[in-house]
Amino acid sequence: MIVAVALAIAAFIVAFLVVPVGSVVYTAFSGGTGAFTLGHFASFFQISLMRESFWNSLYVAGMSVVFASVIAIPLAYFTVRFRFRGALLIQTLGVLPLIMPPFVGAVAMQLLFGRSGSVNLLLNDWFGFAIPFMNGLNGVIFVESLHYFPFILLNLTVSLQNIDGAMEESAQNLGASGLRLFRRIVFPLAMPGYIAGASLVFVKVFDDLGTPLVLGQTNMLAPQAYLRITSVGIEDPIGYVISVIMVAFSVAALWMSARILKGRDYATLQRGGNSLQKRDLTHWQSVLAYAWIVALLLLVLSPHIGILLMSLSKVWSFSVLPEGFTLAHYQTVFTQSPHMIGNTLLYCGLAALIDVTIGTAIAYIILRTRLPGRQMLDWAASAALAIPGVVLAIGYLRTFRGVELPFSDAAFTSTWVALMVAYAVRRLPYALRSCIAALQQMHVSLEEAAENLGATKGRTIRRIVVPLMAGGILAGFVTSFITAAVELSATIMLSASASQAPMSYGIYLYMQSIAGRGPGAALGVIAVVIVGLGTYASHRLLQWRATHVAQQATNT
Amino acid sequence: MEKVRVEARNIELSYGATKVLRDISLTVEPGEFFALLGPSGSGKSTLLRLIAGFTRHQAGRLLVGGRDVTGIPPWKRNVGMVFQNYALWPHMTVERNVAFGLEERGLPRDEVRRKTEAALELVGLSGYGARRPNQLSGGQQQRVALARTLAIEPQVLLLDEPLSNLDAKLRVQMRHELLRLHKRLGITTIFVTHDQEEAMTICDRIAVMDQGVIQQVGTPVELFDHPANRFVAQFVGSVNLFEGEIQAGPTFVSPTLGQCALPSALLNAGKSRVHLAFRPHAVRFDEAPGAGNLELEGSIAGGEFLGEFMRYEVRVNQAIVTADQPHLRGTERLPEGTPVRLSIASRELRLIDA
Repeated sequence: MIVAVALAIAAFIVAFLVVPVGSVVYTAFSGGTGAFTLGHFASFFQISLMRESFWNSLYVAGMSVVFASVIAIPLAYFTVRFRFRGALLIQTLGVLPLIMPPFVGAVAMQLLFGRSGSVNLLLNDWFGFAIPFMNGLNGVIFVESLHYFPFILLNLTVSLQNIDGAMEESAQNLGASGLRLFRRIVFPLAMPGYIAGASLVFVKVFDDLGTPLVLGQTNMLAPQAYLRITSVGIEDPIGYVISVIMVAFSVAALWMSARILKGRDYATLQRGGNSLQKRDLTHWQSVLAYAWIVALLLLVLSPHIGILLMSLSKVWSFSVLPEGFTLAHYQTVFTQSPHMIGNTLLYCGLAALIDVTIGTAIAYIILRTRLPGRQMLDWAASAALAIPGVVLAIGYLRTFRGVELPFSDAAFTSTWVALMVAYAVRRLPYALRSCIAALQQMHVSLEEAAENLGATKGRTIRRIVVPLMAGGILAGFVTSFITAAVELSATIMLSASASQAPMSYGIYLYMQSIAGRGPGAALGVIAVVIVGLGTYASHRLLQWRATHVAQQATNT
Repeated sequence: MEKVRVEARNIELSYGATKVLRDISLTVEPGEFFALLGPSGSGKSTLLRLIAGFTRHQAGRLLVGGRDVTGIPPWKRNVGMVFQNYALWPHMTVERNVAFGLEERGLPRDEVRRKTEAALELVGLSGYGARRPNQLSGGQQQRVALARTLAIEPQVLLLDEPLSNLDAKLRVQMRHELLRLHKRLGITTIFVTHDQEEAMTICDRIAVMDQGVIQQVGTPVELFDHPANRFVAQFVGSVNLFEGEIQAGPTFVSPTLGQCALPSALLNAGKSRVHLAFRPHAVRFDEAPGAGNLELEGSIAGGEFLGEFMRYEVRVNQAIVTADQPHLRGTERLPEGTPVRLSIASRELRLIDA
């Protein structure tokens, strides 16, 4: 039974991840006759646009990590170091950006921070100068750092919280204090969390297609891959070369972070130990801290505010605020494209369902069985993390050319099923982590007790394991769902028709024209509300569970 | 190096409404090996952390080497502390860990190296410098923590339950090692522990703490032989303790133990409500009645064999008296119900205020 399940999962991963990505890599390295060649790579580097795109992508990803760190490191330190109410604000800060796809915010950011955006208009009026926040690649870096800094914030905060207070006290006892103490002891101990977060930011930015596309910065790798495949055609080898480079960098970044982290589990906090000692802020310090956090909150919220204003404005250009307000854009959306909302719910819901089902099964197989090669399942499923959406989509288009869905005449890649499967594959790692964590926290004696009382393995899983894992499974479902709902890279390439398109694609389509910006923003607001509600609901549910059910399970 | 005195004068400390330290006054003499002994929550660790500068008292004075250290931050105190969980930094090698404090003091590089090596040699870990803390055993980690603290040549050495994370055999071994180091360095050392055996075996003097109050300060023998109160009597060693009243005769009248004649030598001035206390090993079975002994009649109610001795429970009226009888090869265990006569020499009896 377990073997059959494992084989089915393996088949799914092979068919929808390994083979498509393999075919992309194969194509990039094979000449006309199928022989191995590096010729495509040579021609890639001979095209100056490609070289430029390559460096641009590296530059943007690197700078985004820098700016995201500048935002995240002080915030994380604040949360664990000081006793003040702002910690809740910071937590909110850590979630808000994630519920809004960066490409949606990008347009709004242009209106707010662009050359003739609100901020620069004001700056120009008052001080006579402007800041090129959004010029060229700056815009991409700006939008991406604001969107992805929570990855560093969340990971770093956890790392800092896991440092035993004695680590710091012993350094103080030996004469260290202030910034030296932070630099020599606290930050190095939190390094694993920082590296994990920073490498994720790098990979995410490097792979992002939507933001550069919306901002018109096509001289980067992801947009070039997309343009090559959609304009030159599915046979153009350059698209595959770009794909391989993107995969290589993602894998390298994640591999490097894994290597650095190896053997550095610095979670030094022991049972019964205390975390870093919290300090009280003086009156002026807390005023400063709040001012800074509020300023940051405003900055982080600016895409949200901008998109809301856009969705409600009649005309908004060359002015600080819109010139008139209307609800017409929402009306347009609800008459023209209500199906997109339904599509998103359907595709992402199904994808998340597949993810938690596979995630639960893999978690159980790795942690509770001795199946040979079980670790392979984990690795294969997690490998999806390193595969950019564009690459997976190109792989699907190539691999499943002419493959029809069973019981219909429709080609696989021309239906929403391909998109849904792509979502499921790309979000599988999130759901898997969450399921594994949930099962790890559960003591095996709970299952043994059920078996001791006469329950078979299958019934134990159904009556004990799954109910106790419910929190983790739900968290996995929500993460998969909301991240899929704001996905654009694979969506652009695999959305076959407007009638089958999800909201993310709809927003992108609307945003293509000036006239469509209003409805696009309205659709964006709806997406943010749906994702936000989902996040909030799951957060509440997890909290409720934590106080009612989970405690008993983990205390045992 | 100059040996310093540590003095606490009327120290009060509370966290919000909870009083953690109440009117703490004590003097640790220069070069002394001093223990703070007490159950968890007694305030002993807080007092240690106060000396290290990690907490602040609200009232009273704290003097190290005659200087009031209140308000001096931990990093300027030169009071070395070894933490219960050692607090070795996992991102640094053993050598970097030990060198840390010296580097913070801005010592020249070759001096740092020399002192680091000397400190590692002192604890018997020369050659371990390149390892990471997680590659060492618990005992070795303990030594590194000690070396790291000793390297800075602190005025005072603070040890926070340093042996509690070691297994029983290693604990005894490290105990001797600590004693050896102390004899060699002569540094004023304050040792926090909840284990009375640990405190008694290595420390010159002990302060017994409970509920934020110092109950008694004295040498191990003083505490054992002359406990100042019920808490100390019970916490340091095992004890038989019976509440009762002294009446004319003198007779001790207890609701559980019943009535018994007291040796008149014991009579203390005027207090009628007292605790009668004696150690289990002071109880003799079936001896010829001796002058001035306390005599009790009872029967065996149970027994635990502890190797060196048999710990009997003897029912005397409504009370249970614990009596340790030395065990030599071939001694038979007395069956339950066996009637025994207990006698306790008068010098072993103690009256403690109720």
